[in-house]
Order: sequence, then structure tokens, then C-alpha cells
Amino acid sequence: MFTIKEFAQPKTIEEAYNTLVSKRNNAVIGGSAFLRMGSKKIATAVDLSKLGLNYIKDRAEHIEIGASTTFREIETSPLLINHFNGVVSNSVKHIIGIQFRNIVTIGASVFSKYGFSDLITALLALDAEVVLYQAGRMSLNDFLERPYGRDILISVLIKKNQRQASYQHLRNSISDYPIINVAVSRLDNQWNIAVGARPQKAAIAKKASEVLSNSFSLEHLEHYADIAAEELTFGSNERGTAKYRQAMCKVLVKRAIMEVLLCK
Amino acid sequence: MQIEIILNGKKVAMNVKNDEYLADTLRAHGVSSVRKGCDTTCCGLCTIWIEEKPVLSCAALSIRANGKSITTMEGLYNEAEEFAQVLVAEGSEQCGFCSPGFIMTVLAMKRELNNPTEEDIVHYLTGNLCRCTGYMGQLRAIKKYLGVMQHEPCR
Repeated sequence: MFTIKEFAQPKTIEEAYNTLVSKRNNAVIGGSAFLRMGSKKIATAVDLSKLGLNYIKDRAEHIEIGASTTFREIETSPLLINHFNGVVSNSVKHIIGIQFRNIVTIGASVFSKYGFSDLITALLALDAEVVLYQAGRMSLNDFLERPYGRDILISVLIKKNQRQASYQHLRNSISDYPIINVAVSRLDNQWNIAVGARPQKAAIAKKASEVLSNSFSLEHLEHYADIAAEELTFGSNERGTAKYRQAMCKVLVKRAIMEVLLCK
Repeated sequence: MQIEIILNGKKVAMNVKNDEYLADTLRAHGVSSVRKGCDTTCCGLCTIWIEEKPVLSCAALSIRANGKSITTMEGLYNEAEEFAQVLVAEGSEQCGFCSPGFIMTVLAMKRELNNPTEEDIVHYLTGNLCRCTGYMGQLRAIKKYLGVMQHEPCR
């Protein structure tokens, strides 16, 4: 069972960061739903809810999602439903139930780099960026590859463009964690294939994305899916074996590419 | 720490621990409609409303509810009873353990969704588990209660 000794609700991001780094076992708490699954001994819990980070904004070049935005707000946002074939909204709509999605936040999920995350896979395929208080702005892909550090995620940015995308997932039951998930996007002739819940954190299938971008042919869909499944690593847990995930990855990648091709 | 919430329309002060969840706080305060089923955020039994939105009280820290409006089934007695009558009439009230969380979600859906389809209803209620009814009776009851077009058959 986790414990919290002190509770802080800073009014500025600077104050939040200074509190966070003032002691080794201080921690930012996001929606607080996943806290109970762990056994962290938190000295001071830093709650970001007073920082005004709960928003989805339609900027000139980006859609900006504040760190405290809940999954339910992402699911029901007309802006997100109407962009990129609704993949961002679709990626969160099967996570447990509405009552849960009214609590969990994008900031906590992305910053924690949860392996089971549906949202990270979709954002990765869309070439999203993150804005961190200390490290600044960087691609989500770079952020995922960096070691875990002490920082605060402020927002997620998604470039507004004509990118078409598809999100696919496999679950034992509709509200369970995914066994595997895949998101594929295309902007002009550039393709991105992201695979998550492997069960490691989501990653781009770089080689498959490159081959697909350089020489797309409808007859070679199986081939692209095979490359993606071969280049990534898969693991086993109670939801599925590595072999099963790898086999299902091929199916979902192929399905997602086909769905993107049908996007208008 | 002492927090002050608006519980079912009344201002209430409570002492809570920093790592305490609302399900425990409310039950300790005598709110018996709030039940813990799984205690791992999966079953929906502990559903309450915070600022009119349905949330899992087993996943919401009490300390963060400071200054907010909390609604439980005790605060929606007449509406809950009205829907419960429909549940009974459809034979979908069995052991009843999941009913408070289920009813809180249905009443939230009634406010949030305008003229929902069967698919909308099923999606909204995915987070409420029931081990007795098989859900078909509940779905019939909800459609009847919300006046969903009856030509849409239950699948």
C-alpha cells in the first residue's frame, strides 16, 4: 500500500518543480488512480490540479493538450474526434470505464511511460511532442527513449496536418488492459507504425515504417507487417505470450494500414 | 488534514489522511451506498459524482475533493427510486450489491447523453460489472427508463 506523508498543491509550475526536487522521495501525482496499485512511500505528493493544466486547445499549428486533461475529456473532445480520424479519442475509449477515465490524466500516463498505455501508442504514431518544465519541448519518441528523470510534463502537442491514422487493439475483454495495440498513420507518403503493450512501452517500428514509406505496394502488406513484428521485441505476461503478441502484431499492423488506406 | 466538501447539498467537514480514498472516507462518514467491490478500479461499485461527473471513489483521493461537490445515491433518492422500480419491473434487480454504483452511472448518463443509442448505453456502462443479471435485464430497464426507441431490439 502506498503512503503520502505531506500533500502540496502548488500554484505555479516553478513551485511544483522546486517541491518535487527538494526531496528524493517526493512525487508528482497525476489522477491518483494508479497510485493504489503500487507501494510508493511518498514524502510530499505534488498535486498539479491548481496549475490550470486541464485544457485541449486548438492552436494555429498544433492541438495542445494540458497534462491534467482527463481521458474522458480526450475521448469526448470534438477537436480530437475530428482530427486524425479520431484515433486519439478512440485510443482511450476502451480503458476500464467512464468513471475511471474521468480521473486518469494524459500527463500521468505519458510521463510514466506505461507499457500498457493505449494513448501513448496513438500519440507516437501521430508524431506528437511533449513539453517538459525542465527539459523543454521534444518529440514523444525521444522522450520515451530517455531514462526516467525528475521533471514535470506540462502538455502534449500534436501537429495539425492532414495525417490519416488508425488505432487497433486486442483485449481479452472490452474494458481490460490491451494485450497489444497498434497505431499507424500516414502523412503524404510518410508512414509511422507504432506498437504498444508489447508489454513494454510503445515503440515505432522504424524499419517497417521506412520500407512502407519508400516503396508502398498494396500487394506487400503482409511483408510490412512481418517486418514490424520482427524488428520489435515482445514479452510475456498474464495476458499473452511473446509469441502470441508477435503474431497478433502482424494482424493489427496489416489491419491498421488497410484502414488508413481507406481514410478519406 | 481537514477538508470541507458539499456532500449531497450539505456542507460537511471531515478529517482525512493524505493517502485516503473517498470510498473509505464516505463509508466512515456513514454513506453506506458507496461500496467497495474490487478495490482495484475495475468494477464501478463505488461510483459517486464529483462536480456532477461519475468517478470511482476508490481511485479519487479524499484530500483532492476539498471544496468540491460530492453526490452519492443518498442525495438522489427520488430519482434512484424511480429507476429502481423499472429495474425491479424488468427482473434485473438480483443480489443488488452492484446497484448503487450502477444507478449512479445510469443517472449520470441520463444527464450527459441526449437520446443515447443502445451502443452509447452499453459503452457508458462498461465500467459497471454485475455478476448476477447478465446485463440484458439492466439494458431493457435503462432503455425503458430513458425512453429509448423500443423498435431497437436488445442484442
